[in-house]
Amino acid sequence: MKAKWMIGTVLIASLAGFSAQAAESKLDAKTAEIVKRDFQDRGIARADRVVQDELQALCSKYHDKLPAKLKSKMEGEQAEAIKLPADDKYMGDWKAGEKLAQSGRGMTWSDKAEDPAGGNCYNCHQLSAKEIAFGTIGPSLLHYGKIRGNSLEVQRHTYGHIYNAKAFQACANMPRFGHKAILSEAQIKDLVALLLDPESPVNK
Amino acid sequence: MNIKSILLLALVANGAAYAAEAEVSDSDRIAQYREMISDGNPADFDEMRGESLWKAVAGPKQATLEQCDLGKGAGVVKGAYAELPRFFKDTGRVQDLESRLLSCMSTLQGLNADEIAAKPFATEKKPSDISSLATYVVGQSKGIKMAVSVKHPKEKEAYEIGKRIFSYRAGPYDFACSTCHATSNVRIRMQDLPNLNVKKDAQAAYTTWPAYRVSQGLTRSFQWRLNDCFRQQRFPEPKFASEATVDLTMYLAVSANGAAFAGPGLKR
Repeated sequence: MKAKWMIGTVLIASLAGFSAQAAESKLDAKTAEIVKRDFQDRGIARADRVVQDELQALCSKYHDKLPAKLKSKMEGEQAEAIKLPADDKYMGDWKAGEKLAQSGRGMTWSDKAEDPAGGNCYNCHQLSAKEIAFGTIGPSLLHYGKIRGNSLEVQRHTYGHIYNAKAFQACANMPRFGHKAILSEAQIKDLVALLLDPESPVNK
Repeated sequence: MNIKSILLLALVANGAAYAAEAEVSDSDRIAQYREMISDGNPADFDEMRGESLWKAVAGPKQATLEQCDLGKGAGVVKGAYAELPRFFKDTGRVQDLESRLLSCMSTLQGLNADEIAAKPFATEKKPSDISSLATYVVGQSKGIKMAVSVKHPKEKEAYEIGKRIFSYRAGPYDFACSTCHATSNVRIRMQDLPNLNVKKDAQAAYTTWPAYRVSQGLTRSFQWRLNDCFRQQRFPEPKFASEATVDLTMYLAVSANGAAFAGPGLKR
């Protein structure tokens, strides 16, 4: 009798859990449908930008907190897709990097296709001590190179992080500047120099 | 000298007075400015424009909007915005203020809803009727507690979908609303960002839109607010008054429930 009760309870509980899950995924599917239908082309921002890649869909679903196994799987996949420069050289011009870091432009529907995209760095990070109008969504990068040095290993890591931050933190807020072709190889090198060059204001 | 330049001058002068104190944030400065002109908000002009549009005969049907049902019965404007978005039986869907105004302008006045929705926002050269109407309607909820219902299954569903759109990551930058608005005490450059998943922040943000934007010299509606967020998110453009925008508004409005509506607001 007791066992029967227990089986009954477990059955009801799991059925309830199952139908709640079904309702959740029905809502997820409906959300995707509505989003696909309700956004339109404007300027360079084409409607198909709302179509999610696998990582975007997973991070949305889990509110940026992926289960551990899935997280390391996705990070591994993102890391594998990083293309390091063929010449194995990473340090560009920090002055050009500072200009890029200052610019918050690029890829909105009010930007033109031929307008170069900015790095948007100061929007979220502190970099040079001289620039006080910095955002705080990302960590401070002041003295980034002073702390880490600028060995080849550090240069490669820094390049990789700007190229695809999701290789290090699957649902990071930071855009994948190389992976999504927002910045060119030369531009990423300029940002690496801004972070690592001893002469850069970031390290003063 | 027009109002915009006077205001900007006032803001700049006020800013200069504070320049010596490095620790004063933009938001503090704007709060100070708000107090300075607390007797009047330039949005008042848009509110008045909206009121006369509401009462003016217009469209092929030569009718006013005075019989428009914003949810509390035909012609009831007082307190209507504090309960929007809501489910409307006659259209069979959940509607926010601007989507409902669009319905009324089309049904009562015979105006073309697609044409209005194609250019819904004011520019420096041309005011927007639907936007001014919205400013008028929200002004009639000033001081009234936000009480948006999710009792109807469609309202509940709109809320749930809106919540999902809030964390929907996409586009070249992988951004969602939540990328900037789900953490407390962060900012972009010097601009403080509300954490819209926290009730207090959501209330403060939601109840102060629509708002007069000093930097633009225009009163901006809530649909405009969402539209410009999506622009900066590097998304394509949300269709005006579409279900996606209404559902997202539903999520944010419900989060603001319990707070007294304080709009039209005044923003940088």
